[in-house]
Amino acid sequence: MNKVVNQRAWIFVLPVVLLVAFNAIIPLMTVVNFSVQETFGDNVFSWAGLTWFEQVLHSERFHAALLRQLMFTAIILVIEIPLGLVIALNMPRKGPWVSVCLVLMALPLLIPWNVVGAMWNIFALPDIGLLGRGLNWIGFEYNYTRQPFAAWFTMVLMDVWHWTSLVVLLCYAGLMSIPDAYYQAAKVDGARRWAVFRHIQLPKLKYVLTIAILLRFMDSFMIYTEAIVLTGGGPGNATTFLSIDLQKIALGQFDLGPAGAMSIVYFLIILLLSWLFYTLMMRSEEK
Amino acid sequence: MEGTSLLSWMAWTWPTAGFFIFVFVCLVAMVAWERLAPGGSPRRGVLGLDTTRGDRLFISLLGSAFIFLIWLGVMGAPLWGGLGISIVFWFAVFRWV
Repeated sequence: MNKVVNQRAWIFVLPVVLLVAFNAIIPLMTVVNFSVQETFGDNVFSWAGLTWFEQVLHSERFHAALLRQLMFTAIILVIEIPLGLVIALNMPRKGPWVSVCLVLMALPLLIPWNVVGAMWNIFALPDIGLLGRGLNWIGFEYNYTRQPFAAWFTMVLMDVWHWTSLVVLLCYAGLMSIPDAYYQAAKVDGARRWAVFRHIQLPKLKYVLTIAILLRFMDSFMIYTEAIVLTGGGPGNATTFLSIDLQKIALGQFDLGPAGAMSIVYFLIILLLSWLFYTLMMRSEEK
Repeated sequence: MEGTSLLSWMAWTWPTAGFFIFVFVCLVAMVAWERLAPGGSPRRGVLGLDTTRGDRLFISLLGSAFIFLIWLGVMGAPLWGGLGISIVFWFAVFRWV
């Protein structure tokens, strides 16, 4: 059978290819180049080989930041995905409250990331912030600028507030796309609420949940703006995640070589974990 | 590699240029291979994954990157041992995954 090949499609794809080349591939190539060289500025580089990679792989500072990052992402996924799903399941499907709920859910997503960080910074201050002052008033000794646990608590709370809505909206869209016929059939069979969720809603939401988990994983693994505005990586290094550590090395210390090597290791970890998530979820879908 | 002024900000070196040329040649070779002998539908390998040739190339490249990193972290430079394991890994992925 002769296959008709339409080469015109390439013309339509070309703008995206160019865009990705300029904002992703060329910067990535540059980072690879930096990672094997040493520079003291003025665009003068000298060959350093694999020195920076060895340094990063043996760096306790990098291991600690990676561990913090993994812990943060795990906490975020464990909270936001079930919470988002539960909220979406309980949102109205018809009537005037639909618009109200959707707008309320969309609001946190519309706020710029640095503004979210600044808002929570003030909101959680122990002397003037509503949250900080309130917690201290009811008897908790809370000061996120001095206590690592309080800093983590605030960071997680801020992220949950900011990003659970995304999971809610994705799940809600997925739920709305399930035809009524499925629910009617379940009703005829006398299915209980849990059975409807387990055998109708959850399977139909698998693709949406895959996307939600991937998006939340990648975003939380790369969190930077909110965290740097809220805690600046402190107290001490308690909330210094990989991206903050990378920024300190690249722009604070201007060590472009080690920062390049760290970026590549960071990128490879994200790529591997994203691929694993995607593959495992698609595999369970096939089963 | 000095390069032209347009590219000097990218701080190119011959080894890194060689690496990207290798990746580019891999992609071109995959296109040529598909043209000459179409790979057909995805196949199910030992990992239970449905993979096309492109997927296997991705797995090979990503796996090799981690093999080199682990080798460097555990054994240090040079990377000849890591290269040997990567070649075996590529063969295994294209043959059985």
